[in-house]
Amino acid sequence: MRVEVFTFLVAGAICLFGAFGVVLFRNPVHNALSLVATLFGVAVLFIAQEAYFLAAIQVIVYAGAIVVLFLFVIMLLGVDRAEALESDPFTGRRIAAIIGGVVLLGGSLAVLLAAGQRATGAESATAPLDPALDDVERLGRVLFTDYIFAFEITALLLTVAVIGAVVLTRRTVGDPIDLVDFPEGTALDVWEAEHALEDEFDDEPEGDIADESAVESADDSAGDVADDEVVS
Amino acid sequence: MFTFTGSWYLVLAAAIFAIGAVGLIVRRNPLVMFMCVELMLNAVNLTFVTFSRMLNDVGGQAVVFFVMVVAAAEVVVGLAIIVAIMRRREGANADDISLMRG
Repeated sequence: MRVEVFTFLVAGAICLFGAFGVVLFRNPVHNALSLVATLFGVAVLFIAQEAYFLAAIQVIVYAGAIVVLFLFVIMLLGVDRAEALESDPFTGRRIAAIIGGVVLLGGSLAVLLAAGQRATGAESATAPLDPALDDVERLGRVLFTDYIFAFEITALLLTVAVIGAVVLTRRTVGDPIDLVDFPEGTALDVWEAEHALEDEFDDEPEGDIADESAVESADDSAGDVADDEVVS
Repeated sequence: MFTFTGSWYLVLAAAIFAIGAVGLIVRRNPLVMFMCVELMLNAVNLTFVTFSRMLNDVGGQAVVFFVMVVAAAEVVVGLAIIVAIMRRREGANADDISLMRG
């Protein structure tokens, strides 16, 4: 019991500091790293409560995938740009948020502490944490029997999420955003332009660079077409 | 004298949830708002696991499993929306994106 108290105090402190860090730091990268601290603390608390599989999933999915996704988006937008998204909220909103948070916390604590042990309800008779089975087997049995329908809906949900992400981030018509930073085009365009120059020096009559303009002006040689492109 | 019971976990989870809720309202950066939502989801997960252990019921852990799946899907779609908005507009925070009157 003493070990569990110690574990709880250390992991709980990590959780709380991480949670405050998420709210208080100004740099989004620091927010994400504080979130990792909180997720790690929650994983330790899962282990302390004998939910080993969920602790592993917590570390892999949350710290390993979701936070990395956050960091990817921060990197994609640029840290300075991601930081510039912040604006000071109205003073009234900030005060109202803090009052609301205190009321929320106070209400939950009042319910918990006033009810004491009775806040936990009656013990389960149908799906007990059978000590004879190990953690993964218990969870697997209940997932594939009682919760099988929800489990299959989960597959549908993930598919919809993937398709939605692809559709949302697909480029539509218009100038790609890269043209702002790279007016000469992508690296492939630069490479093709350089090879167009090489083809001009090769002085081949029919080069790979022949395009619609070459078809339209059939009497011009391909070298002249390439020359025109370089000049324009 | 205080005895160590599962209620301590519930108190900690309530504290994390409250911090996440305040952060969700105070911060205006959509990325940080998403992180605050993750905080709140984690607090609820901790509550579920605690009740699962106190009530000797594995159903709480199954619910945590589903919450994690929904959180992952939510983050994927949410970040895709943020990226799509940022591609169109320079530096829009959550107060600027009010076209849908949300």
